[in-house]
Amino acid sequence: MNLEWMAWTAPTAAFFSFIALMLVGMTIWEIKCPTIKRKGFLPIATTRGDRLFVGLLVSAYIHLAWIGLTDLAIWFALGIAVLWMGVVMRWG
Amino acid sequence: MKKWQDNKGWLFILPVFIIVAFSAIIPLMTVVNYSIQDIFGPGQRIFVGTEWYKEVLTDQRLHDALWRQLLFSGLVLLIEMPLGIAIALTMPTKKGLGSSVCLVLIALPLLIPWNVIGTIWIIFTRPDIGLMGALINDMGWSFDHTASGLHAWITLMLMEVWHWTPLVILLAYAGLRSIPEAYYQAARIDGASAWAIFRYIQLPKMRGVLTIALLLRFMDSFLIYAEPFVLTGGGPGNATTFLSIYLVKIAVGQFDLGPAGAFSLIYFLIVLLFCYLFYQVLLNVGKGESS
Repeated sequence: MNLEWMAWTAPTAAFFSFIALMLVGMTIWEIKCPTIKRKGFLPIATTRGDRLFVGLLVSAYIHLAWIGLTDLAIWFALGIAVLWMGVVMRWG
Repeated sequence: MKKWQDNKGWLFILPVFIIVAFSAIIPLMTVVNYSIQDIFGPGQRIFVGTEWYKEVLTDQRLHDALWRQLLFSGLVLLIEMPLGIAIALTMPTKKGLGSSVCLVLIALPLLIPWNVIGTIWIIFTRPDIGLMGALINDMGWSFDHTASGLHAWITLMLMEVWHWTPLVILLAYAGLRSIPEAYYQAARIDGASAWAIFRYIQLPKMRGVLTIALLLRFMDSFLIYAEPFVLTGGGPGNATTFLSIYLVKIAVGQFDLGPAGAFSLIYFLIVLLFCYLFYQVLLNVGKGESS
């Protein structure tokens, strides 16, 4: 099957592979240890999946803000996003 | 045995996964791929990293289109939601010819194809032969949606409200019909006013359907394309150039697939954020009131 029209690149393949792995990991985690809704620093009670969603959405906006407002390398934004993901998953 | 039966359920939702994969996930992945490359043709592309995102995020025309879009969606929700609820409250509650006729008449605008809606309103508001346009001009107000940005906005808002308020009405009406009569009887015994019945019985019981109505109306109005494209083509000037119209100009008019891909993803993220916020607010509003 020719997938040339999808114009794959190594960075996007890595990005989607990581997202897929994360979803598989979350599914296994959920089966092994079902989530309990709890209230952290976010204004709503969240499950593990909710926190992942919020984390990813805010991460996307962190990257957009970084690109739009600065000329610095995108890796800094990635670092902030990873840090944010850790914080929101642990204390969100 | 029980475990096998539980797992078999997955087979039934497998077709949905396959359809969603082909209709949403694969196109989304393609858009992400396009957004970081300069696409010249099949097999001809250059990796540009975040260049298109930078270009799109600093584009003043996109900022203008975004503010227009937010204003449009805000006005649509402010008008359609209360209007839809108010009309639903006045509709006959007893089963019979009256309610059936009302429902059919109200649902009619929803049955008309979107591009036809635009054509109808072009003719309806024409200053020379259109019923509304000619009538307003005869009253002494020079009305022409092709020449004035304000008139184009008024026409668009009227068209949108006429077209989509019926959806809110039908959903609100369905919510009202699902309220058991016992609630009203209890309210009558307590001597509750009409406002108290609405505030403490009808509105809370309609929360679910109103959430759906709000999300649908926000998404539809935020992604609107066909009606303003047919009615005004984004004009006069750029007065009604919304995000979708501007996106199509880039993607189809200029065939700039890279910037269009970056634009689409930013557009998608905005819609996702607003829908999530609306959903959470409506899900949590009023919780604990009854306790």
